[in-house]
Formats: sequence, C-alpha cells, structure tokens
Amino acid sequence: MNQISKILPIALSVLASPAIGAAEDGATVHEHVLGNGLKLLVKEDHRSPVVVSQVWYKVGSTYEPGGITGISHMLEHMMFKGTKNYPAGEFSRIVAENGGQENAFTGTDYTAYFQTLEKSRLEISFKLEADRMRYLDLKAEELEKEREVVTEERRMRTDDRPRAKMQEHFNAVAFTNSPYQNPIIGWPSDIAHYTIADLNDWYQRWYAPNNATLVVVGDIDTRQVVELAEKYFAPLTPSQITPVKPQSEVDQLGTRKLTVKAPAKLPYVLMGYKAPALTTPGAEADVYALEVLAGILDGGNGARLTSRLIRGQEIAVSAGASYDMGSRLPYLFMLEATPSQGKSVFDLEYALKHEVQTLQSELVDDNELNRVKAQVVAHDVYQKDSNFFQAMELGLLETIGVGWKKSEDYVARIRQVTAEQVRDVARKYLIDDHLTVAYLDPQPIPTTATPRKSSGGRHAF
Amino acid sequence: MRFNFIALIGLSGLIASGQVWAGPGIKHWQTQQGARVYYVNTPSLPMIDVRVIFDAGSARDGQQQGVAALTSALFDTGAGAWNADAIAERFESVGAVFSSSVSEDNAWLSLRTLSDKTMAATAIETFDAVLSKPTFGAADFEREKTRMLAGLKHREESPGAIARIAFQKALYGDHPYAHPEEGFIDTVSAIQVSDIQRFYDNHYIANNAVVVIVGDIAEDPARELAQSLVSHLKTGHKPEDIPQVTLPKQASAQHIAFPSSQTHVLVGLPGKHRKDPDYFPLYVGNHILGGGALVSRLFEEVREKRGLAYSASSQFSPMYREGPFAISLQTRNDQTKQALAVVDETLQTFIDHGPEEAELTAAKNNIIGGFALRTDTNAKLLEYVSMIGFYQQPLDYLDTFPSKVAAVTAADVQKAFKARIRQDLMQTITVGGE
Repeated sequence: MNQISKILPIALSVLASPAIGAAEDGATVHEHVLGNGLKLLVKEDHRSPVVVSQVWYKVGSTYEPGGITGISHMLEHMMFKGTKNYPAGEFSRIVAENGGQENAFTGTDYTAYFQTLEKSRLEISFKLEADRMRYLDLKAEELEKEREVVTEERRMRTDDRPRAKMQEHFNAVAFTNSPYQNPIIGWPSDIAHYTIADLNDWYQRWYAPNNATLVVVGDIDTRQVVELAEKYFAPLTPSQITPVKPQSEVDQLGTRKLTVKAPAKLPYVLMGYKAPALTTPGAEADVYALEVLAGILDGGNGARLTSRLIRGQEIAVSAGASYDMGSRLPYLFMLEATPSQGKSVFDLEYALKHEVQTLQSELVDDNELNRVKAQVVAHDVYQKDSNFFQAMELGLLETIGVGWKKSEDYVARIRQVTAEQVRDVARKYLIDDHLTVAYLDPQPIPTTATPRKSSGGRHAF
Repeated sequence: MRFNFIALIGLSGLIASGQVWAGPGIKHWQTQQGARVYYVNTPSLPMIDVRVIFDAGSARDGQQQGVAALTSALFDTGAGAWNADAIAERFESVGAVFSSSVSEDNAWLSLRTLSDKTMAATAIETFDAVLSKPTFGAADFEREKTRMLAGLKHREESPGAIARIAFQKALYGDHPYAHPEEGFIDTVSAIQVSDIQRFYDNHYIANNAVVVIVGDIAEDPARELAQSLVSHLKTGHKPEDIPQVTLPKQASAQHIAFPSSQTHVLVGLPGKHRKDPDYFPLYVGNHILGGGALVSRLFEEVREKRGLAYSASSQFSPMYREGPFAISLQTRNDQTKQALAVVDETLQTFIDHGPEEAELTAAKNNIIGGFALRTDTNAKLLEYVSMIGFYQQPLDYLDTFPSKVAAVTAADVQKAFKARIRQDLMQTITVGGE
C-alpha cells in the first residue's frame, strides 16, 4: 500500500482485484515466447475497436542497491529521451499523431510502458518499443533536466504531502533489510547523484527481451499480433540477466513505533503487519484468506471498519485496511485511520487492534463471508470493462514471478476461503511482534494571503 | 491485488480528457413526470450502470455553501426502513456498487450492478429507496457533517487545494461557481438537518431529473426501470437558471504563503460553456497549448526544455456557464517567477501567432485518430451520455464531434484565443513558500 496508489484512475477497492479468469465469452490468453526469450501474452477482447499494448520489465525499486534508489524510475523517465533512430520527443510525437495515449509507470517490482491505440495502429507501438528496448541514447544533458523534473515530482508526491511522507518513514522503519524500506521514487540524495553511467549500467543490465513481457489486449487477431511481435522484437539480442539477490527480511522481534511530525491539520495512524505474498512459498492459501480478511474489514460501506469505527462508535472519520498479494517479496497487511474530533491516534490504534483480536477469537459469520465473495465475483465482471486493467493484471503476475495463469484461479480460490481460515491467518500474521505503528503528529501551518491587484495584464505575473 | 506505482505523468489524463465518441445510438425519451431518459444497450458484459442526475450541484448552495455536497453524502445512511448497515448489506451482498457525488452544476446517484435478474432486482430496489426515500436522520446527519468538517480541515494541508479555492474565488467573485463544492468550515458548521431536507425537497424532483442507463438491459425493461425510479419522486419547480458569469474587471495576482517546498501556480479566467460557439476552436487550440498529455507547448517549454515542473498543462472545464480555463504547474519555490514568465510568454506567443499548421494537423490526428479510445468502456460511455443528457446536447453530439474538430482552422483558433483568453483579465494564484 502506498499513497501513490491513490492516483489510479479507476478506484480499486480492496476487493477490486482485477482477476480475469477465463472470460464467459471464451476469451483466453495466448502465450508465445520468442526465440530471444521475450514473452508475449495476447488476449482478444472485441468489445471496442481499440488495443492496449504494454511492455513490462522485471526491474523496479526492490532491485536497487543503496546509493541509487529510484534509478528504475529515473530510467523510466529517460526512456522518453530518444534513441539513435528516434531523437528526444519523437516517440511521444509519433504516438500522439497516431491518436494514441501513452505513459509509463514504475513500481516496487516492475517498470512498464504502454500505449492505447485504435486497433489498426498496434504496429506503431511495437516498432517504437522494440527500438527503445535496446537502442536508448542516454545523454548527460537530458539527464540533468530530467533529474530536475523527477525532483519536482518527488516534492509534489511526497515532500509536501504529510501522509505520503509518513508512509515513506513508515516503510523505512517497518523493514530492516528488505528493499521495501526504500521509496519507489528514491531518496533525495540518491536522486541528486545519479550519473549517466549509472543509468546506462541499469539500462544494459535489465532492458532486454529475455527480461520483458509484452502484453496485448484488445480487438485484435492473435495470429497477426504474434507475427508483428516476431517482426519487431525477434531481432533484438538477449542479455545475460543476473538474478537479484533474495534480500529476505529478517524476523521482526517486537512492535516498532514511530512518530512523524509534519505541517498538517489532522492526526493519522498507520499500522502494518508483516504478511506473505502470492510469491511466498507455501503461503498461497493464507494469501487468499488475508484477501478475504481485508474485505471483512474494508470491503465497502458495510464492512467492519466503516460500520463499527466510523458509524457505531464514531471514533474515526476515516478508516481502512489494505492488503496487496501481488508483490515479489513479502509486504504488509495495513490498517489506517483518522480520529474523530476529541479522539486520539492511540484510541484508534486500540480500536483497530480490538478488531484484529475479534477476528482472532470469533469466526466471521456466513453473511459477511458471502458478502465479500459476492463482491469478488461482481468485481471480476466489472474489471473486464477495461482492457487496460486486464493487461495490467497479466503483466503484473508474470513480472512478479508467479505467472499470468494465477489470474484464472482468483475467483475460485477466494470462494474456497472458510471462516476458520480467516481466523487462522489473523492469528498467524496479525501479531504484535510483527507490527509497526506510525503516528502523524500535526504541526501548525501558518498561512497568509497577500493579494496584489494589478491592472496591467502582462505585468500581473 | 493493488497496483503501487508512480507514473511518468499520472494516469488521470488517460480517461479524463476524452470528449468524443462514435458509437451505438443513444435512445432518449421523457417520462410522464418530465424526467429525461438516455439509454445505451451494451450487452457484451453482464452488468448495468444506472445514474440519476439532478440540477442540484454546489451552484444551488446559496448562502449555505456545502449543503448540496452534504445532502449527497447522506443518501446511503438511511432510506425507508433501512439504516446505513442494512443499505450497505443489500448492495454489497449482490456485489452492487452505489455512489453519489456533486459538481458545480449537478448532483448524481449511481449504481453499478450485475445484470443477473435476482441480483439486479435487489440492487435496484435499494437504489430506488435511497433515491426517493432518504431519511436524513439526525444522528447520521451529525456524524456525516462532522466527517465533512474533518475533510475540510484536511484540505488545509494541501497547497494545491488552497490554490484551487483562491483561484475559483478570483475568477467568479460572487457567482455561485465561486466556492468549492464542499463549502467552508463556517458554512458547513451552520447547516442544520432541516436544511438538508429542504434542499432535497426542492431539488431532487422528477421534472429536474435525468436518468442514464448503460449496459446489459433491453429497452423495455430500461423504460420500466426509468419510469419506476422517477415515479417515486415528487414533482416541483425547477430552479432558476444559473446566472451569467461576468468576467473579472482586471487582472490580479495573489500569493498565499504556505510551508511547502513547491509553489502551486494557477493562471486563468472564466473560459467556455458547454454550448459555446467557440467550443471547438478552443478545444483544439488548448490541445496544442497544454491539453495534450505528453505533447503540448506548455509541457515542452516548462518541463521538457527547462525541467521546471513535473506537470504543466492547461485545460478548459466547460460547464453550464463559462467554466474555468486554467494553466497549472507546480515548481520549486525559488523558480516560481521563472516558471510564470515561461507560461506568460508561451501563452502570449500562442495568442499572437496561433498554432502552426503542422501542430494543428498533429492535434487533429491525435483527437480524431484516437476517437475510439474515448468511450471504449461502459464506465466512460456512462460519463459521456450523462454529459449529453444533462446539458441537453444533440444525440449525435459524439458522432459529429470528429468532423467539427476537423473543420477548425489555425485562424479560428487564434481568433477564439484572442477574444477569450484575455491577458488583461488573467487571474494568477500562487501558493507556497518564499
């Protein structure tokens, strides 16, 4: 969980896991591996005459050593700065001129690039993405400008946002040696000191067809997509990819607490318990039970945190739980809340822990369990409204290492979860010794307005 | 699973910028009570979206700024015999999603449900009660008001939010568009539960309603659904037209000191309305100036050439009356003057010389060539049909959109910008540290 996830255009509730599964219309995913190791996933969806194409690289902030945190994200920006064949700006100009929308995103475990286009323009995307997969032209003067852009981005996303800043400090305390201790965007002094050689090394090390997954979803013919992919991506040479070291987090030996002071108006509490992910060996059944548990606490207006803490006791003005099963390494089960007037963060910490204890001692009733499952089934249909999110899920599962086929199990696995399993994962994972708690301690915000009326237009600035 | 990532630009532009659609026909009719209904059949996924829209946005707040938003926040806290828990249980047990919200011009209630008959019936019965029999209980009112006040305090943490509020005030003065939808701490504090009931009784009336239905539902059931939803609403008097917007009398600049590392900059003035005769020249022109996501003059000058900001853009937000035209960026405090100078010069050059032919062609290619992306999901379709319905645009609005874009000339753009984007009336807001 991360404040950054709030920028997502489509609200993903805790239960809105974009699991796809085999669609009713028989749409299936076709997998094709090129000779150089590039994996292609194609899913036909003929609802609209459009296509989305995404290139996912197995590299993100958890791959980064100390001193160059954030370099995956910096490289993502530099990927728009030109190749020998297409100088800076050409990529975006060509995509735009073809009616396309494009962007890129960096996460803890991946870096991905996408274009959405009218269906006949898919070739444009392949041509340009194949080119920048191997022929990026990294220039020092472009890095200097883009470093400023990324620094502004950091100010906007983190430095001037109390809760985002708190999340950053929280992760740094919750994790001792796991790379989740570092922010995706990188620490300020690391951002300030990347060299063009650092960027080039990072690019050479990870950007290769055998470290990438190409996902295409839309109104296309699978065979033609395979042919196009062969044409543009097959000539690229593979690299020797050295896997990243495991960096397994050491056992946490007791509750950790921190306070973050920042100019703010409302206090806020954030709690995280160490939790397994889909990638954790032997934890798969637990992972689905934790997903259901998150739904019991925060799966809509009827879920426990809203029903009991916001209504009911009226001690919180907002409260939430979140769990992310789709990470490469174990992450956290998170709880968060903002106290009502007259209540403190400590009152809320107590109340949230009380909800955890209830889950550990009492079985959830059938109504609650069925509500969560009904929401999962429905959201599975709703997610199919968007090609983009269908592609996102395939790309993510493939990139974190569990394989896209996991998407087909999601609904069935959730349906199998029992009340006993929910209780058992609460007992196993939501324990004080593996808990980190952060408090936001609001500091005064002095503001003063100085109106400067002026009549001469140009001089208004 | 969730997606944790940071995007190059932020994905919002991906779906928010759409304006056009060439697709299946929209069917339109009026109910006996005078509600306008808009319906699109999309049978490919087993789900239905229903939205009921009223002329009950924050422009109808009067002195009680925030009353429209607070009314909207209360719908699912009690209806008929059901309390908030019962309502949530009824929606969520069938996987339905309810939401309600307000903008300046309107307020709406939305339902997304599976089209399975039994499930849809439960969801729609609940939606109907929430829409036509809200209880506005005293305890629920006090709690939601308290939460809204907490939200207003939280807003004061955000230099961007503070800038937007000051900007709206600078543009609109005493006009109903001048205040934020959620009001202010003092105005919300003064609202009583009886004010909510009165606002609902006056505005949530059948002859002031627009019903939009998109999804896996045949026309006859859609007609019955629309009829049944509005038949439980009262009829009454439609509100007076929202008054005309008068332009600011002169340019002004206001700085608000805030302990942030960046200064948030907004520059603009009242822009265009939904049926504006200059709609298309301004739309296409803005795409070139600062509307295109990764390709625009402002993006090029502010970010690509100088690295002054992460995002730099301009946009028109057309409303019933002239909605804001806003250029926005955020930059390190000590670069504010430089960034403003770049904005000023970029805008002035654009107004003085208009777009180049090549730029105009590229912009049209982007808008028209990407036409199909604008409504490739039911969710986007719902937004466009709602806009067409509420603002009473012609039913072929989307079908004719590309040809209207294609017809815009460089001279049209320049003329429209010169007339409408008047530098002598420009309002500038900066919020940040020294």
